[in-house]
Amino acid sequence: MAEPVLLLDGIRKAYGSAETEFEVLHGIDLRLERGEFAALIGPSGSGKSTLLNLIGLLDRPSRGLLVIDGEDTAALDDTALTRLRGERIGFVFQHHHLIPAFTAEENVAMPLLIARGRPDAAMFARAGELLARVGLGERRHHAANRLSGGQQQRVAIARALAMSPSLVLADEPTGNLDTHSADEVFALLREVNVQLGTSFLIVTHDPRLAGRCDRIIELVDGAIVSDRPNRAGADLRGE
Amino acid sequence: MPFEWIAALRFLREGRMQSLLIIVGVGVGVAVIVFMSALLSGLQANLVRRTLSSQAHIVLLPAEEVARPQDASGNAAVRLQKQAQRLRSIDQWQTIRDRLQGWPEILAVSPVAAGPAFAVRGDASKAVTLLGIEPERYNQVIALEERLVAGRLRVAAGEAVIGIELAKDLGADVGDKLRISSAQGDAETLTVTGLFDLGNKAVNARNVYVGLRTGQTLLDLVGGVSNIDLALHDLDEAEVVARRIAAETGLIADSWIRTNAQFVTALSSQRVSSNVIRFFVGLSVAFGIASVLVVSVIQRSKEIGILRAMGATRAQMLRIFLLQGGIVGFFGSLLGSALAWCFLLLWQLMARNPDGTPLFVIAFEPALVGIAAGGASLVGILAALLPARRAARLDPVVAIRG
Repeated sequence: MAEPVLLLDGIRKAYGSAETEFEVLHGIDLRLERGEFAALIGPSGSGKSTLLNLIGLLDRPSRGLLVIDGEDTAALDDTALTRLRGERIGFVFQHHHLIPAFTAEENVAMPLLIARGRPDAAMFARAGELLARVGLGERRHHAANRLSGGQQQRVAIARALAMSPSLVLADEPTGNLDTHSADEVFALLREVNVQLGTSFLIVTHDPRLAGRCDRIIELVDGAIVSDRPNRAGADLRGE
Repeated sequence: MPFEWIAALRFLREGRMQSLLIIVGVGVGVAVIVFMSALLSGLQANLVRRTLSSQAHIVLLPAEEVARPQDASGNAAVRLQKQAQRLRSIDQWQTIRDRLQGWPEILAVSPVAAGPAFAVRGDASKAVTLLGIEPERYNQVIALEERLVAGRLRVAAGEAVIGIELAKDLGADVGDKLRISSAQGDAETLTVTGLFDLGNKAVNARNVYVGLRTGQTLLDLVGGVSNIDLALHDLDEAEVVARRIAAETGLIADSWIRTNAQFVTALSSQRVSSNVIRFFVGLSVAFGIASVLVVSVIQRSKEIGILRAMGATRAQMLRIFLLQGGIVGFFGSLLGSALAWCFLLLWQLMARNPDGTPLFVIAFEPALVGIAAGGASLVGILAALLPARRAARLDPVVAIRG
């Protein structure tokens, strides 16, 4: 079998000191293949965000194996983790999280700028391409906070793709949008998945959205209670 | 432009009001520091110049004569009376003069035959100090020529240059004659060739300049000089150079620093107090920058979290905020220098002598702007250290959720 994008083995996460330790995740095993489009669902407080932060290398697990793109993360120091995160993982947050001091194009180019240190024409050309792909080619020079919610989220998706990551983590990507914009944004994620083969892990509360993914992983009280393929979603790929 | 610079400048530009206010705050602080520095150095240079207008930097005098007991065995109880110091010549003064002339620290060497005398004209008689000089050499130590208000600096045989106060007291003018008689009883009639104003009333009333030879004759110092006046390239070295000369020649070497000890102490305590003020103004500028940046880190915690999620390292975040401090300091210092320059212009317009001439001239040195800019940028970076470390340490998980 090909190398998975993501491999979790016995991941535990606990907070607090030794006496008052409080475990949030109780041994998660998960394997995500290349090109998979998976939903992570579960009630509030089930540990979805914690798991997403661990996978996104924003936080470290207390125990267990976490492999991204074949790279074991346990041995990496903070700077190496940050670099790996920048290169391999794209983030789409619920609240868009663009940087208002920059234009749409600059926001999209930001991961490239951070990685390369200095701006160059190529990174803005790439940002322009990505904006065109998400349908905002004409708005590349707009200030980020002058765009509508749906537009901002599309810019955020373009930004998440700037480094051609293997895995995009989306935390309630449509949670803040009206139904119409939500459908558009979701369709865009799906399109990127099909065309570029990027893997997606989408945290959502919305069963309608989860129902359109290839695979549904359900987390309850810090443990995976169900992990099943979703035929309906798989069928949607062909659309 | 590197990523850190771009982000730092954008963040400052975006926080318009905040950035503007703190830059103005820094500017006011820098203006006070620059203005005070320029004012003080102008004032002090002026005071020193005035003080030294009638004084040599170093004066060399013959060693004191010491009375020795005739019975050296110490068997007899004797009280040694201090010997009265008569007017004497410096031994081998030509050799000393030529040797000192070769020292790199020394600008000019001027032998002088000086002693007490009376100036008499008609019924008026004044006690004066008679100074026999070589005008070219003396003029390099004390700029007598440019302080002349009438006549010329000419002290050939039978000629004298006197101060304006003495001229007034004796009713003498250029071309008039006066009689000088020394304490030794020698007397000569001299023609006044010039009048000087050295900016000091006592000096203007006392000093009578004659040729070296005339001085030597009148003071019974034939072929000798009573002291050697020196001018240095660097005023502040006077005490060090004086000690070296004293050690090498055995003469008494009095530097202007020693002669004007109180004055010099006053100057240095003035400098100390101004340094204290400048330090505290600098400190409050630093606190101002730090507090604005602390608030900015809190306001931008979400953006910091996102940048970190996109691969920005802790070191990059640190640099972004250090740069903001440095940039605020730099622009503040430019504004401050401009403000200080306006203050100085105003000062020179307002602070005037009763006759309307400027109280003193302050040179606005471009180097001061450079120092202010460098200093303020450094203070800004140091002030940003604490907030920048906070930004670098921010946990992206908390930052993004918050």
